[in-house]
Amino acid sequence: MNDANPDRDTHNGRDVNKGRDPIIKFDKVVKRFGDHVVLDELDFEVKRGEKVTIIGPSGSGKSTVLRILMTLEEINDGVVYVGGQPLWHQWRREQLIPASEQHLRQMRSQLGMVFQQFNLFPHMTVLRNLTEAPVQVGGVAKAEARKRGMELLEMVGLADQANKYPHQLSGGQQQRVGIARALAMRPKIMLFDEPTSALDPELVGEVLNVIRTLADEHDLTMLLVTHEMHFARQVSDRICFFDKGRIKEQGTPEEIFTAPKEERTRAFLKAVLDPDD
Amino acid sequence: MFFGIEWDTSSQWAFAVSIFPILLHGLVVTLEATVVGFFIALLLGLVLAALKSAPTRFVRWPAKVVTEFIRDTPLLIQLFFLFYVLPEFGLTLPAFLTGALALGVQYSAYTSEVYRGGLEAVAKGQREAARALNLAPARTFTHVILPQAIPRIIPALGNYLVSIMKDVPVLSVVTVLEMLGVAKIIGDRTGGYLIPISMVGGLYLIMTIVASLGVRYLDTHLPKRGLSLK
Repeated sequence: MNDANPDRDTHNGRDVNKGRDPIIKFDKVVKRFGDHVVLDELDFEVKRGEKVTIIGPSGSGKSTVLRILMTLEEINDGVVYVGGQPLWHQWRREQLIPASEQHLRQMRSQLGMVFQQFNLFPHMTVLRNLTEAPVQVGGVAKAEARKRGMELLEMVGLADQANKYPHQLSGGQQQRVGIARALAMRPKIMLFDEPTSALDPELVGEVLNVIRTLADEHDLTMLLVTHEMHFARQVSDRICFFDKGRIKEQGTPEEIFTAPKEERTRAFLKAVLDPDD
Repeated sequence: MFFGIEWDTSSQWAFAVSIFPILLHGLVVTLEATVVGFFIALLLGLVLAALKSAPTRFVRWPAKVVTEFIRDTPLLIQLFFLFYVLPEFGLTLPAFLTGALALGVQYSAYTSEVYRGGLEAVAKGQREAARALNLAPARTFTHVILPQAIPRIIPALGNYLVSIMKDVPVLSVVTVLEMLGVAKIIGDRTGGYLIPISMVGGLYLIMTIVASLGVRYLDTHLPKRGLSLK
């Protein structure tokens, strides 16, 4: 899938090899809610095309990472880079100043997000959910957007549901629409925020299958927060274990699941993999 | 005689029949005051709701104080203020307009809360999804938030329409000849209050029942998930 770069240049900066640049980079990012520190000087990188899964106990800041990238949550300190450009800042006279709404809009177009609660527009048909943004934001012609929307619905196996409303679909179907809707904007990076946590167990598989198909796309960068450990192991190039707003441990799925180094990681995995013990 | 219509006091039945057209004159004024007052309440409420959700507290705060002040003082005081106090400062409004304005101002405090509550009740996830898809704020408001808020807002506004109608008789104290005021004058002149005032009660009952049924119809028939967009 992805060529692991053993000689990854962590200093980056003037690296001419674009493929090696991280498409996402958190540089000492701090996020607080009141007194509670959610991200504690977090350093984090994702390479172009890489599929990364974030695991960890609740409250460890996993979802916050995605929400910051989707510009739903501001940061308190540090710099986030997407595609080499600061996300929450912009350059002016070689100084980083807070980003304008225009800059945020421009940056946002590179990202797509799938929400735990789907967040489909309940008053729009399935197809309209997929065409609204491309037509209104992307300036795509209506007919073209509908054609592309139908292709995406085909891909997630819901072409026959195009004219239904979200509440007429099962949870699993709704989430597949949610994935298709995010893809309709042709993002370079897909963020999945616990996409199967709100689903009945028997509906989880159909959603994971769609995500698995996407993971085979070479160019798409994927960042996934999930509690589906077996799935994470199958699709991820790298697993990051978050604890208390930092990456406690990271590595290939093999490393993390078979030989975790940190006691905290072992305890977490034991708790989620054999909850009965 | 009133509005050029004679009453017939030969029997109670004849009296009732003869004053009915007179009461209808008053009824028209009642409905006019209701509609104008409601219209003012809708517009002013929207302004207050917008101010109360303004980004700066220097706007938000005064708007909240004004709303609270309006809500916590009796309609009659506001009415007297507009009708008797404002002329002392050189501003004299016709009685009808004064009354409709007082109703509108009073109820704008309530409608502003209806708007605000309706908009806030739209799930936070809807705004987040719209933001993630880069929809412009105006587009998000008109095509995502409003279509979902309107079905919640309209029935609540309908209830206030009924309330305004029931408050119109208060305007009689500032010489607006609405239905109850007319009935009282008939009573004053004929010495018989029972029939005209009972008739006004009956007419009110009919109007409020019809209006309430209308509101209930809206409540059950407006799509819960929002006005649909294909």
